Amino acid sequence: MVTKPDIDLGQYKYGFSDPENYHFKSRKGLDEDIVREISQMKGEPEWMRDFRLKSLEYFRKRPVPTWGGDLSDLDFNEIFYYVRASEATGKSWDDVPEYIKNTFEKLGIPEAERKFLAGVGAQYESEVVYHSLQEDLENQGVIFLDMDSALREHPEIVKQYMGTIIPPNDNKFAALNSAVWSGGSFVYVPKGVKVEIPLQAYFRINAENMGQFERTLIIVEEDAYVHYVEGCTAPTYTTNSLHSAVVEIIVKEGGRCRYTTIQNWSKNTYNLVTKRAAAYKNATMEWVDGNLGSKLTMKYPAVWLMEPGARGEVLSVAFATDDMHQDAGAKMVHVAPNTSSQIISKSISKGTGRSTYRGLVKVHKGASNVKANVVCDALLLDESSRTDTYPYMEIEEEQVSIGHEATVSKVAEEQLFYLQSRGVSEADAMSMIVSGFIEPVAKELPLEYAVELNRLIQLEMEGSVG
Amino acid sequence: MSDTPLFQVENLHAGIEGEEILKGVDLTINRGEIHALMGPNGSGKSTLAYIVAGHPNYEVFEGRVLYKGENVLEMGADERAQLGMFLAFQYPTTIPGVSMANFLRLAVNSVRGEDDGEGGKKRIAPREFRRMLREKMQMLNIDESFATRYLNEGFSGGEKKRAEILQMAMLEPEFAIMDETVSGLDIDALRTVSEGVNKLYDGTMAMLLITHYQRLLNHIKPHYVHVMLEGRIVQSGGPELAEELEAKGYEQIRSELTPAG
Repeated sequence: MVTKPDIDLGQYKYGFSDPENYHFKSRKGLDEDIVREISQMKGEPEWMRDFRLKSLEYFRKRPVPTWGGDLSDLDFNEIFYYVRASEATGKSWDDVPEYIKNTFEKLGIPEAERKFLAGVGAQYESEVVYHSLQEDLENQGVIFLDMDSALREHPEIVKQYMGTIIPPNDNKFAALNSAVWSGGSFVYVPKGVKVEIPLQAYFRINAENMGQFERTLIIVEEDAYVHYVEGCTAPTYTTNSLHSAVVEIIVKEGGRCRYTTIQNWSKNTYNLVTKRAAAYKNATMEWVDGNLGSKLTMKYPAVWLMEPGARGEVLSVAFATDDMHQDAGAKMVHVAPNTSSQIISKSISKGTGRSTYRGLVKVHKGASNVKANVVCDALLLDESSRTDTYPYMEIEEEQVSIGHEATVSKVAEEQLFYLQSRGVSEADAMSMIVSGFIEPVAKELPLEYAVELNRLIQLEMEGSVG
Repeated sequence: MSDTPLFQVENLHAGIEGEEILKGVDLTINRGEIHALMGPNGSGKSTLAYIVAGHPNYEVFEGRVLYKGENVLEMGADERAQLGMFLAFQYPTTIPGVSMANFLRLAVNSVRGEDDGEGGKKRIAPREFRRMLREKMQMLNIDESFATRYLNEGFSGGEKKRAEILQMAMLEPEFAIMDETVSGLDIDALRTVSEGVNKLYDGTMAMLLITHYQRLLNHIKPHYVHVMLEGRIVQSGGPELAEELEAKGYEQIRSELTPAG
């Protein structure tokens, strides 16, 4: 924090790109033929092809949302919907092509990670090329695969759960993902198994105009536990890129799942993601969500509290800098009585950046003794930055306890002066105040992600003073 | 160079929002000296402290503040601290989410600066930092849990004052201003804080103690005492002046100084 790395901020840190050398790349735009081609290339069963085609229909019929962020510049015909970088998923590191390794190298991913992480699923383009899973996990019956492999190896589980939490017709982007999905993670944790170390996956977009539509499905059986971690970085391009993922999670009785994401998309990416979990009796679902970068992010991780004793939590941090709009939040849907939820949202806006908290707490009729708490804090770094809060509440039951706090603050002159009077430069003081502001979320992250989050924020903060 | 006083204020006229609060302050402090600045509320003591430390909201209309012969008024607060000046705040600000240890490490490194390659000050190694922090905390009777607490968040009055002294101990300034460092403390806290200050005073650093009450000076012995009234230093003397003030009160001093008429 004291040393000022010599970094040219005009250039996005992960903005390098490899020469394109793909096995297959679909043409721009989307129609039935492309969807059929994707399904055929992947050698999918008929039901999956039909699932995709049906989804394409929904996608066409669904209007582009007019709430949230501005999507008017997004041209669906300018996107590549499928790119396959490598023939098959490499099971060992040696099988991974050299240029892909180089990219991981630049991102600082491999070596150390492999040692203490249970499995590294690294997604390069639309296909997962590298995947490892420690043997003891396999022996316990834990399945951690890329989604395409899961469809081949465990079609019955995929068919049973896919689309049950987020149906293809849920919204336009969920429909799009359902039609053209590729890659993503599949995690299955059997009854009573507690996965002690976080499962991690890295995602990366590399082809210009390519949409990344990964599909993730996590099933946590009774009394099981897993922490899934996903980090994303994307290179910079001059035309718009689209990322539209779908993440479905099922946490059964007494189970617990934590899903941690730090996303740092390049500044021309539309990041439109649907994430939803269903938590059953006495189950706990926690989303920890960090949103940096992107042109527009619209993301509202949701928990449906289906049975008594279920608990949901969302901790989120958004950082919007020049020309960015972070429209993020959370949804808690209390279907059953005696369920509880907590949403803690922290946003930082800098320059012409805009952060929006958009959240929903819904309590269904009959869901008595519900406890829900929402805290959203916004920090504005200068006069031009902007924040808005839309905390929707739909409460159909009287016996509930709902709390809501929202604060908007500016970096106080007194805080800056106090730190500066200890010899700390104005820039370092500002960074320190921002790091402190997000600390309640950062401390919930695995250490290397907390460090990465702080480092990314430091980079964004550079040049914010003066 | 050795004849240059460590700290000098010359004919300082300054204030806030256009209002003149200091109306011509002169003050000289040499190395090794402890000065006490006394005066009633609103006399301008804290204003002087803020201006010397470089608070951006205050304006200087006239005069100079010299540190080691250099006018610091054009410098930022950080630069002044890097030169070796320190202000213990009367009302320290809370910085949520920033642990005392992280903050202190950044501050110590900022004050020490980059290695100049000539055997000068340099960055502190993490292990050395932890050792130093533990040692200073023990010296000041501060519980180790302070290191992981967020800066001033939820601190009691006494804890805040001790935290200020801890910062001073870590930054090792050559000149420290302590603004009402013991005001509002009970007798035990007063003793702990003043003992800490006495331990830090090594005979070569200089201090300016700003205080409303004489009682601090029973614990920390000043070499010189100054009385400030309405933005001016109206009387200076030895430690006996503090006792005289205690006996007479500020009103009598004021009336003695005002020509009868």
